[in-house]
Amino acid sequence: MPANRFNGYTDYGIGIGLRVPHYQHVLTRRPVVDWFEIISENFMVDGGRPLRILDEILKQYNVVQHGVSMYFGSAQRADREHLRRLKTLVQRTKTPWLSDHLCWGSVDGRYTHDLLPMPYTFEAARITAQKIREVRDFLEVPIAVENVSSYAEFHVSEMTEWEFLNEVVERADCGILLDVNNIYVSSKNHSFDPFTYLNSVSAERVAQIHIAGHSKYQKYILDTHDHPVIDPVWKLYARAIERTGHTATLLEWDDRIPAFSEVHDEALKANRFLASASLAEAV
Amino acid sequence: MNLLSIQRDMARAVMTPLTPSERMRNAGPDGRSQRTVANGIIKANDRLTSFERLEIYNRQYWFRVLSGFSEDFPGLRAVLGDPLFDKIAQAYLRDCPSRSFSMRNIGAQLASWLTTHPNFAGPRQQLALDMVRLEWAEINAFDGKRYDPLKAEDLTDTSSAKLRLKLQPHLSLLDLKYPVDDLVLRVRKDSTEVSIASNTLSERHKDKRSVSVVPLLKHTPIFLAVHRMDEDVYFRRLEQKEFAILSRLRNGKSLGAAIEGVLRKSAMPDEGCLLLIQKWFQNWSALGWFCRGTTDPTNS
Repeated sequence: MPANRFNGYTDYGIGIGLRVPHYQHVLTRRPVVDWFEIISENFMVDGGRPLRILDEILKQYNVVQHGVSMYFGSAQRADREHLRRLKTLVQRTKTPWLSDHLCWGSVDGRYTHDLLPMPYTFEAARITAQKIREVRDFLEVPIAVENVSSYAEFHVSEMTEWEFLNEVVERADCGILLDVNNIYVSSKNHSFDPFTYLNSVSAERVAQIHIAGHSKYQKYILDTHDHPVIDPVWKLYARAIERTGHTATLLEWDDRIPAFSEVHDEALKANRFLASASLAEAV
Repeated sequence: MNLLSIQRDMARAVMTPLTPSERMRNAGPDGRSQRTVANGIIKANDRLTSFERLEIYNRQYWFRVLSGFSEDFPGLRAVLGDPLFDKIAQAYLRDCPSRSFSMRNIGAQLASWLTTHPNFAGPRQQLALDMVRLEWAEINAFDGKRYDPLKAEDLTDTSSAKLRLKLQPHLSLLDLKYPVDDLVLRVRKDSTEVSIASNTLSERHKDKRSVSVVPLLKHTPIFLAVHRMDEDVYFRRLEQKEFAILSRLRNGKSLGAAIEGVLRKSAMPDEGCLLLIQKWFQNWSALGWFCRGTTDPTNS
C-alpha cells in the first residue's frame, strides 16, 4: 500500500541502490532521484569517507537502509555488536523503514556472507519472527523482510515459500519487501507459478518492491543483478502494483554497473505501472 | 531435523573448500560424504541433484569470500603471485572463516595466521607479513574511528610526567623490515574502491586479472605511520625515535616516561634531542594524531 505502518507512512516513488561507481556523479551532478537505498553494512563503520559521503547524500536525498547480514532466519541470537552499529546508523539516516532478507547466513559465530534459504517449517517461522520482533524493538524502526532468490529446497519444509513468508510476517507483525525478480528466479528454479506466489502475499504488508535483472544458466537462474529487468519480471511487477497500489520501488544493479543515467532510466520504467496504479487509486 | 541442525550441516558443507576445478568436494572436513549430507537435507528437482543444488551455494560462498579477500590484499597478491596467493587465501579462509557480520573484517586474523604458518610464503614470509600488516592498517585507517583532536588548552592542567596522550584509533604504527609502502602504492594505483553489493551471486571469480609477482625487495627496515586525514589514507615514514615515543604513548606510558625512555638511549645531547622531539610533537598535533578518546581499541 502506498503509505503504511510498515514503511513509516511514507509515499516514496522510484529509487535506486546507491553504489560506489555512482558516488561522484551523484555528489557533483545532484540528479533528481526520489530516493536511494543504501546497503547498511557499507556504512556501519566508525568513520572515514563512507560516512562523509553518506552525510552528503542525506543532506539532499531520502535514504532507506537495506541490510544483507542480519540473518533473521539464523537459529541463534543476533550479534549484539551488529545491532549496536545498526542502531547508530539508523539514528544517523533516520530511515523510515529498514529491510533485510528472509534468510539465514551465520551459525555458531561463523558468517557465510550469503543469503541462504530457509526450511519452510513452523519452527523456523517462529524463530525468525521472534528475531524480527527483537530487532525492531531494539532499533525502533519498522522492519520489512525481503523474499530471497533460492537454489535449493528442504525435505523438512511444511509449507510453500509464500505461505512461510505470510506466516513469518503475521507472527512478527512486520512488513514485506517484495522482490519480484526473486520470485521470478525462484519460480524457475523450483518450477512454481510466480503469479500464485504474488497473488498469495499479504498485499497490505508490502512496504517496498525490488526489481532487478538476473542471469540464466543451463539448469538454473542466478540472481546476479547485472542486467536490465526482463519483460516477465515487469509483468510480475505490474501485477504486484495492481495488488499493492503505488508502492516505493527500487531497482538493484550490483554488478557490471553501467552509468548512473542508464541505471536510473531502467528504474524509471516502473513509472508506466505506477502511473496506472495512481490513476486507479484516484478513481 | 531442527533448524539449527540443518543450518550447521549446510554451513559445514558450504564452507568446505572447493576442488582445484572449483567444484564441491565429495567429502567435508569431517570426512562425511557431501552427497549424503545434501541428500539428507535438500530435495533434488528435475534438473539438479541435491548435491548439485548444494554445490551452487558452496561455490558462491568461496567466490564471494575469495573476491573480498583479493580486494583487500592486492599488495600481498603482488608479493606472492597468483598461485601462492590463491593457496594462502583458501588456507586462511578455511582456518579462519569470517566471524564478523561485515566482509570488511575478513582479513582481521591474517597477520597472526601468517605468523603461525611460515611454510606458505617461504623466503617471502617476512615481506608477505609486512605487506599484510600494512594493508590491514590501511583498512583501519580508511574507516577507523577518529576522535576530535586534542587542542593545546586541553593539556594545560596536567604535568608532562602524568599526562597520558591517546592516539587516534585510525592511526597504526608499523615496524617493518621492508619498504612495502612504496610497493603498495604502485599496486594500488590500479585498484578501485569497492563495497558490499546486495544479494548478488556470480558464476565466476571476480577480479581474476593475473598479477606479475614483484622482485624480492631489499631488506630495508622502516618505521611507518598509517593514518587518515581529510578522509584520505596516508603513509608517513617515521624516524626510529619518533616511532619509539609514539609506541610508548600508545602503550599507555605518560608523556614524560615516553620521552625519557628515548632520551636515555639517545647519543644526541639532551638539548638537541628535546628540540627535535618538540618539532615532532608539533607535526603530530598538526596531523591530529592525539585525542581525548575514552577508549583506543588499537591499544590492546
